[in-house]
Amino acid sequence: MAIGYLLTRSAQLLPIVFIAVTVNFMIPRLIPGDPIEAALQTRIAMTGSIDANVAEIAAVYRAKFGLDKPLWQQYLAYWGDIFRLDLGVSLADFPQPVISKVRSALPWTLGLLGVSTLIAFTLGTLLGALAAWPRAPRFVQALLPPFMLMSAIPFFLLAILLMSVFAVELRVFPPGGGFDPIMMLRFNLASILTILYHAILPSLSLVLGGIGAWALGMRAMMVTTLGEDYITFAEAKGLPARRIFLWYGLRNALLPQVTHLAVALGSILSGAVLVEAMFSYPGLGGLLFGAIAGKDYFVIQGIVLMLIISLAVSLLIVDLIYPLVDPRIRYQK
Amino acid sequence: MLRSPRWSASLVIGLVILLAVLLISVLGALVVNRADAVVGAVTPSQRPSVQHLLGTDSQGRDMLTVMVIGTPQTLRIGLIAGLVGISIGLVLGLVSGYFGGVVDTVIRLISDSLMTVPGIAVLLVIAVNVGQMTVELMGLTVAVLSWMYPTRSIRSQVLSIRERPYVAVARANGANELQVVFQEIMPNLLPFIAASFIAAVNAAMLASIGLEALGLGANDVHTLGTTIFWAQKYSAVLRGQWWWFGPPIAMIATIFIGMFFVSVGVDRFANPRLRQQT
Repeated sequence: MAIGYLLTRSAQLLPIVFIAVTVNFMIPRLIPGDPIEAALQTRIAMTGSIDANVAEIAAVYRAKFGLDKPLWQQYLAYWGDIFRLDLGVSLADFPQPVISKVRSALPWTLGLLGVSTLIAFTLGTLLGALAAWPRAPRFVQALLPPFMLMSAIPFFLLAILLMSVFAVELRVFPPGGGFDPIMMLRFNLASILTILYHAILPSLSLVLGGIGAWALGMRAMMVTTLGEDYITFAEAKGLPARRIFLWYGLRNALLPQVTHLAVALGSILSGAVLVEAMFSYPGLGGLLFGAIAGKDYFVIQGIVLMLIISLAVSLLIVDLIYPLVDPRIRYQK
Repeated sequence: MLRSPRWSASLVIGLVILLAVLLISVLGALVVNRADAVVGAVTPSQRPSVQHLLGTDSQGRDMLTVMVIGTPQTLRIGLIAGLVGISIGLVLGLVSGYFGGVVDTVIRLISDSLMTVPGIAVLLVIAVNVGQMTVELMGLTVAVLSWMYPTRSIRSQVLSIRERPYVAVARANGANELQVVFQEIMPNLLPFIAASFIAAVNAAMLASIGLEALGLGANDVHTLGTTIFWAQKYSAVLRGQWWWFGPPIAMIATIFIGMFFVSVGVDRFANPRLRQQT
């Protein structure tokens, strides 16, 4: 049964990827104007080269990328490129292939995003659950409003505020980057420590901004769950309060929260990308910021594709966690 | 309607906050000189003083003027996108929920797949490929991604309203399909349309500010997001020029907090059952 569920959920990944790749293919071609010529014009203007014949270079590029062939041929060629993981060449750092840039940036983003989302989800869910529990200490109620206000502010604005306060004024944390710039990253304690040190502020922006939403949702779910008959029965049986809270209340209210996680992943990913851009973190966000500034068209396209695929895979992972949390799915036929 | 018990403290607080933001922009526009927001208009990098209440940025623009000009632009983008999103969502949701069948399946498939795509990805592709970005185009771009939630929400409401007795009575009285949709179903949808509109405007402003902060907005127009972009580009944070990035962030935070209160209040307005909760 588990294998069947796994296969079904993995199969649902395919239409998403298909639509994503198609969207990525169609939109540049729907908008009037030639992106390659525009990109070349900008680059040539930036480098000040006068005798470059833009039309000739653009024609060579077009022939190479097959932009002069009919649309369906281009589409098939695009798919062929994707399967060979050929995402083009970076215009700014010619001739470094886009895939190598994206490949080195991806682990940073996944690490930052994964850890921060996990922390925010755990803390937010606990806070929300405690806020709904009548026997929780008083101060828990007072914790909710500040977090809720913080979650109304977009992540990257929190990032700027944190950077300004902690990195510039108080100088306790570094203002950007993923690791100490004079250090060579090896697999040793010093490298790990510097990575963690540089990850604290970006992670804090994502965590502080995320807790409020999770707490609010969890509190609502807990209130509903605590009104159920089996809670009253458990209390009547004389079970200890903590047991009822954790194993009867929290456990059941957790299920819709995991669903919300799946739905919210898209916006969290978007927010994380912006936070990285603000901190010049070497993940997809930092790469994106540089690519936009340098009008590096193919890198941007590659990042977009990577974002869509990362989200699809993350959704798959959340879907796979769901049976672990909800036994009813496990025992379904 | 003003005396209705469905008004809650949350809704009032939210509306007051948003009204205050609007008032600041309107009244501010009367007292500031728009020429001060041009590059090189005033002495650059001045701290807040009596002459420049919010200081000046490193390009020689007066921050107070920039804020007064930029705030309504940001609100405008949110409104355009929200209106477009809610219009598309209303039409698609009504059609999908009321007529069902193949149309419903197709609409649902498209909206569900688009919802799984990270918003920033699609926005990036569009924004990068457009030659000259304008405020209106920004609104439309962002609206592309804000129609999905209203469609789903309105569709589920239509599904439930469709089965109500008064709809059957209207049909029995000889009303044709269009009359049923516009005279029976839509008036009962109004609270949900309002709630979806607020959510759409919220999402639209978030997306547009994000795009502008990355530098993909209409950089020749002052908005809150582009101000943050310029501040980031000229290292205002690292130079400690808090008066450059502080006011836009404070204004954005205020707008979003106001929207948050309004959305909680409108949800209660739309669903009277929620009023029992604190």
